[in-house]
Amino acid sequence: MADETLFEFLHMEIVSHVYKEQQSSKGTMDNKDRAVCVSVLEGMGFRVGQGLIERLTRDSPSFKDELDIMKFICKDFWTKVFRRQVDNLRTNHQGTYVLQDNKFNLLTQLSNGKQYLDQAPKYLAFSCGVVRGALSNLGLESVVTAEVSVMPSCKCFVKT
Amino acid sequence: MNTNMAVCIAVIAKENYPLYIRSVPTQNELKFHYTVHTSLDVVEEKISAVGKALGDQRELYLGLLYPTEDYKMFRKLHNSFTDVMCNPFHNPGDTIQSKAFDGIVSGMMVQTA
Repeated sequence: MADETLFEFLHMEIVSHVYKEQQSSKGTMDNKDRAVCVSVLEGMGFRVGQGLIERLTRDSPSFKDELDIMKFICKDFWTKVFRRQVDNLRTNHQGTYVLQDNKFNLLTQLSNGKQYLDQAPKYLAFSCGVVRGALSNLGLESVVTAEVSVMPSCKCFVKT
Repeated sequence: MNTNMAVCIAVIAKENYPLYIRSVPTQNELKFHYTVHTSLDVVEEKISAVGKALGDQRELYLGLLYPTEDYKMFRKLHNSFTDVMCNPFHNPGDTIQSKAFDGIVSGMMVQTA
């Protein structure tokens, strides 16, 4: 459906814009600039996640515990936002969760293997923010990071 | 004509401070603010009880604190609150300044002359 690609295009442009803005003053990018870009994208995602989760959980009963919340994120939330469910959820039952999505929605158009692997983090920052924002408004403060070893599969680490 | 009207409506953030509070102007407005505060304790009690009980449908609405509340009123308020949260110009944690939200609340409060 066309409306799904609308966000994908918008997201690509957001990433491109943020990086261009940061680079324009100097012409080159160092690690500090890259970190700024990532945190700008993550911050945008955070605010979006906060609003989204309010709307998505409006009619659902409150969650029993942290694991219940993470299961909701992996199933209903991931489906609404990334159009599929998380393939694999692992936890150490001590506040760390690993969510694995083997066909991450925002990476499928980039490549199908190792090409552009170094560019992947730029395209994951916003989504990490969305997850962190959603958890925040459910009462869970966390740190959310993501890792890619083979496109388009990605692992999302949530530490509460 | 809605027979159940509110005299005070408040939205409290999870950090326990008011995002929005409005009451019918009377001399005892402070009494309403105190009631809102003490009702937070009742809310906490109910939330900790929910964790142990079996899953129930409408757990968002923690039930009547006193027998004069209206579930429809809560739904309208909650829906309006969700709209406020989705407004990109609203920063979560700020007091709610939406005219639309004000409108919904006015529709529920006892009208003063």
